[in-house]
Amino acid sequence: MTLLALLQDYTVQTVLAGAVLLGLTSGVLGAFAVLRRQSLIGDVLSHAALPGICLGFLAAGSRDLPSLLTGAFLTGTLAAVTVLWLTRTTRLKTDAALGIVLGIFFAAGVVLLTYIQTTQGAGQAGLDSFLFGQAAALLRSDLWIMGGVTAVALILILAFWKEFKVATFDPGFATTLGLPVLALDLALTVMIALAIVVGLQMVGVVLMTAMIIAPAAAARQWVDRLGPMVALSAGFGILSGVLGAGLSAAGRGLSTGPLIVLVASAIVTVSVLAAPGRGLLWAVLRDRRAARRLRARQVLLTLDRLARDHASPGFRSDEGLLRAYHGTPPRRALARLEAEGLIRAVPHGPEDHRHWELTPEGQTRVNEFRLDGES
Amino acid sequence: MITWFFDSLHAMIVTTGALVGAGSSLLGVFLVLRGAGMLTHAISHSILLGIVLAWMATGEISGPLALVAAAVVGLLSVVLTEALARSGRVAMDAAIGLVFPALFALGVLLVSLNARNVHIDEHAVLLGEIGFVWLDTVQIGEWAVPRAMLAVGALTLCNLLFVTLCWKELKLASFDIALAHALGFAPGLLFYVLLGLTSATAVASFDAVGVVLFLAFVIVPPSAALLLTDRLSLVLLLAVAMAVASSAIGYVLALYWNVSIGGMMALVTGAFLLVAWIAGPRHGLVARAVRLRQVRAENDARSLVAHLYNHEGGPEAAEENTVRALHDHLLWPEAQTRRVILHGLDRGLVERRGERLHLTPKGRAVAFQIFEPWRRGN
Repeated sequence: MTLLALLQDYTVQTVLAGAVLLGLTSGVLGAFAVLRRQSLIGDVLSHAALPGICLGFLAAGSRDLPSLLTGAFLTGTLAAVTVLWLTRTTRLKTDAALGIVLGIFFAAGVVLLTYIQTTQGAGQAGLDSFLFGQAAALLRSDLWIMGGVTAVALILILAFWKEFKVATFDPGFATTLGLPVLALDLALTVMIALAIVVGLQMVGVVLMTAMIIAPAAAARQWVDRLGPMVALSAGFGILSGVLGAGLSAAGRGLSTGPLIVLVASAIVTVSVLAAPGRGLLWAVLRDRRAARRLRARQVLLTLDRLARDHASPGFRSDEGLLRAYHGTPPRRALARLEAEGLIRAVPHGPEDHRHWELTPEGQTRVNEFRLDGES
Repeated sequence: MITWFFDSLHAMIVTTGALVGAGSSLLGVFLVLRGAGMLTHAISHSILLGIVLAWMATGEISGPLALVAAAVVGLLSVVLTEALARSGRVAMDAAIGLVFPALFALGVLLVSLNARNVHIDEHAVLLGEIGFVWLDTVQIGEWAVPRAMLAVGALTLCNLLFVTLCWKELKLASFDIALAHALGFAPGLLFYVLLGLTSATAVASFDAVGVVLFLAFVIVPPSAALLLTDRLSLVLLLAVAMAVASSAIGYVLALYWNVSIGGMMALVTGAFLLVAWIAGPRHGLVARAVRLRQVRAENDARSLVAHLYNHEGGPEAAEENTVRALHDHLLWPEAQTRRVILHGLDRGLVERRGERLHLTPKGRAVAFQIFEPWRRGN
């Protein structure tokens, strides 16, 4: 199938549109979750959505998306509140509270799922898709709901942009300004719950976690400002959604959810390694360059010190002596300094190993160092 | 008797569940104390990739090699997560949430690529099928022992050995990691052994309960036990007891309602936690509320006594040491004023003559303790 034919395919179009919406919402909201160090709340909310989906199904009696979403949204919110309450009233740490709520809500979901399977029979076929995601099962009508949720989330974020910003970076300051920090927290958590619910159908419970965290974590590597970060995060989200869905449509039998997540993970890997400024590769290069510069500086200063100690400006230092001063052979530093024209090798009488002296340029460089405060 | 045991499906299933619960709770206590709950979650998901990789290499899904391979991949997820967090580019929580979904996604993808050949059911990975443990048995002597039970039992034994042998090291590392470092007990290494065993236990139990419910068994009973008592040995005992009880009760309930056995077992651990949270003897919600009331009443009584003592014998005593003044000057609401006075009368700290309140000798002694605690017995 050619790319064009692929793009004209009805199912592929639907899946791609869904992937765009999913990437957009989770990218934007994930940026806030990651910055507030609440990344794992997404994990909890997506697991806690399962019992809600089952309850929604039981209440509606069919796989009616709005009622499934309402149920998931309610249990998700209940889970978030329980985590908060557990950490406030017991000595359990956040980590344990997250695990407890995640495990128990999911267990409740599993129990309800099997209950539905045994009592309702065939009607439950669609519910399983929430576990692992089944992008192909996405309907056009589902897209409208996903679009609605995305629109609501985006409008809220834009309308209360500066409030969310200050509550994210300095909750204490936000409180002194009289902002309803708790309400803002809750609003954000609720919106993340909504985004997760929307994405579950595409990528499933487990992998939804990554969709909240990965685009935001990647975006954080490239920029230092909230606005660009949110935009970039949304961009990465959309990119992983579209690429993942595209790959899954092009390849045979590859499920969409894992592919989307793997694309997002690849984006994170590239960002962490190579983002300008923060990237690990750049850091390694910077460290090596700094180490080299320091080494050269040490060698120059040693040459100068030896010359001064011997009270002879043109003193020729024995390479062995330099080695003794620096512990390890400074051969590479010497070669580099020689190439830069700061030192030169000179023969010294009958001895057959090299001696080194500072060139006038080298002496100027040393004098600059000493002006900086070196001895 | 033994033959009956191995012939009974119910006994098989409950025992397997109890072993999973006991084995994971033993480690879970230390994981919860260490704040590694979500790391466990990450491990339990990552093992899927290990299982698939082991299958691709050897064609086996269970057996010692698959177990080791999966446990190694589980540990690998921890190593990757910690490396990512230590690089300072992302926070620890984000690092956890980045690594395990990626490994899990890779695992799911490999499973779906080999769907025709490999018998790993994605749903079974998440949910487990403890109800079918008796399908896959090994003949030992004259009894057919379920393979899953054997694996989980072996791991539970390992965990028990580890916990008893490294008891004081684990205790020290959990409560005072700096001291453990200083004394040379290598808490970092110990932590990795703990996580390695967690990983292996997760592999052994994922057939039975699935990865998410494994997390429930690791975290929930220990957390509930931590809410009940302050003694570490007791925490372990209670956690194991609750896990075993959850397995039995969960099985009965699951049969009754005809729902997922593993899910029901995990849900019962949640019920235990709820009870411990509400009714725990010292840290429970009820006990805390009662204690709060007591402290508040005690504080009010002391305020009353102090107020009366301050103005006693002075010219303003007629105005200050009245019921009215408590309301007006201490800004106590009507109901609180009444409660405090009744409480003071009950304890014999004050007596009332008309509108005036007077300190009894006992009340004066209490006031003395407040203002001049160094002059004892005066």
